[in-house]
Amino acid sequence: MAVATAMAPDAGGQAPVSRGFSGRPRDRSVGDRLPPGQYLVHDFPVLSAGPTPYVPLDRWDFSVLAVDGSPLARWRWDEFRALPEETVTCDVHCVTKWSKLDMQWRGVSLDVILEGLDVDTAHVMAFADGGYTTNLPVGDATDGQAWIATGYDGHDLEAEHGGPARLLVPHLYFWKSAKWIRGLQLLERDKPGFWEGLGYNNYGDPWREQRYWGD
Amino acid sequence: MARTTVLGRLSWRVATVSSRAPETSRAVTLVLDVPDWPGHRPGQHVDVRLTAEDGYQAERSYSIASAPGDPALALTVERLDDGEVSPWLTTVAAPGDVFELRGPVGGYFVWDGSEADPVLLVGGGSGVVPLMAMARHRARQAIPTRMRLLYSARSEQDLLYRSELDGLAAGDDGFDVVYALTRATPPGWTGYDRRVDGAMLADVSFPERHTSPAFVCGPTPFVEAVANSLVLLGHPPGRVKTERFGPTGGGS
Amino acid sequence: MTSASALDGNALGGPLGELFTFDITSAVATCAGCGRRSPGAAWVVFVDAPGIVARCAQCERVQLRLVNDGTGRTWVDLSGIETLEIAAPRGGA
Repeated sequence: MAVATAMAPDAGGQAPVSRGFSGRPRDRSVGDRLPPGQYLVHDFPVLSAGPTPYVPLDRWDFSVLAVDGSPLARWRWDEFRALPEETVTCDVHCVTKWSKLDMQWRGVSLDVILEGLDVDTAHVMAFADGGYTTNLPVGDATDGQAWIATGYDGHDLEAEHGGPARLLVPHLYFWKSAKWIRGLQLLERDKPGFWEGLGYNNYGDPWREQRYWGD
Repeated sequence: MARTTVLGRLSWRVATVSSRAPETSRAVTLVLDVPDWPGHRPGQHVDVRLTAEDGYQAERSYSIASAPGDPALALTVERLDDGEVSPWLTTVAAPGDVFELRGPVGGYFVWDGSEADPVLLVGGGSGVVPLMAMARHRARQAIPTRMRLLYSARSEQDLLYRSELDGLAAGDDGFDVVYALTRATPPGWTGYDRRVDGAMLADVSFPERHTSPAFVCGPTPFVEAVANSLVLLGHPPGRVKTERFGPTGGGS
Repeated sequence: MTSASALDGNALGGPLGELFTFDITSAVATCAGCGRRSPGAAWVVFVDAPGIVARCAQCERVQLRLVNDGTGRTWVDLSGIETLEIAAPRGGA
């Protein structure tokens, strides 16, 4: 259950500027490669809603679950790494306004994962270690738009960045690219995930600046 | 008309720097002018928000260093090299500069001398700041309750408030301070020369540890290790109050 | 549960102080998961955006979540807390 409260904006209006403060280096000069409101970073910020989970690879698995929770497919780590992988070069846009361009990810396309499965619903919920969830239309998870990524920039994905495997859906805000993903559950009806149920936009298109509920 | 306290919601207000003074090579104390400041309790903190010309904002928390009775509100900030707010506060902020401030915050990590039990304070790095507010309050109000501060820092040059703490301890009024330097000690050093551990905490804990309060503040791993050790030594878990500053030990 | 980068519930005092007139850090919460009673200050707190998440130090279950959407709207989820015990406010600052 979530409770929304409306707060009146500060009567004074603008916050006072602190002379000489500019914050971390923020580059907006890459023209039309940045969605509205974003700035470029050159590091890779770590933002988490909980402690970093550490799952031994011999206990890791990835599942696709039907609407009733029954497994449609399941891979252990060695089986998963045997699936065909791609290199994906993409830009990443976080709702907290940082963007990182031309990241090179290594991952398995969701088209490969869902191939041959009876995906008869329009929505899916990604679920991860630590209880994090995020929802997606199936149409945004297929046709070369989404991957389960196990590495980037030439190395394995570290735990703090979502390793051993995270979802990668670069055309949406990066909160949809769930860290520590363990599976996808088909949804009979769309329902909001961890952040979507607490004020964030249900879809999250950075190019239409769909950050929050109602945007 | 008697002054009443309005228990309303916290909101951001504008603070103006009235003076700055270096404490160490990395830390600065800023004395602030905050109109209608309601006062605070020792151990509380404030949230600081900076706004850039383009509207970008960054927000961090800093413990209040001054005692409630002091003439002005003071914060002691340690500069973190890769920080976003602390470099501005420690190297740019000058008298007349402004930023936003919200507080005082917190009713848990507070010691105001209302109990007579001897109190143990354990601070790591900039975690000593809220503990200093408690020590200053004790001195200002001449509270006789015994208080001991175990203060861990990397080297003598990193110790905040050194001469003031030694002065309070020399007063022989029930306050004492024990230093632990973890990386480098000067010649003739008589304090501890290692990281805080269970044996050290056993040395500094009061005989009344089974009932007396303890306050632990500093980087998260430091706080967790110390708090666990204190509980193992017999301090009641509910009486060991902690404030974690995150991985780097202070607002960045 | 430890996480080197985590803060504790003391960090919630400011953001929640804008919403509630009581002090969350000294309020005693009962975890809806494991039943642990602890002051809000003892929660393990992650303050990185997209939002603030406070977890039970014993069982990790989310106690409280908060999102400020930057347009003046705040969303709060308290469903991880079974009950909150709030002491009478202290007279004076």
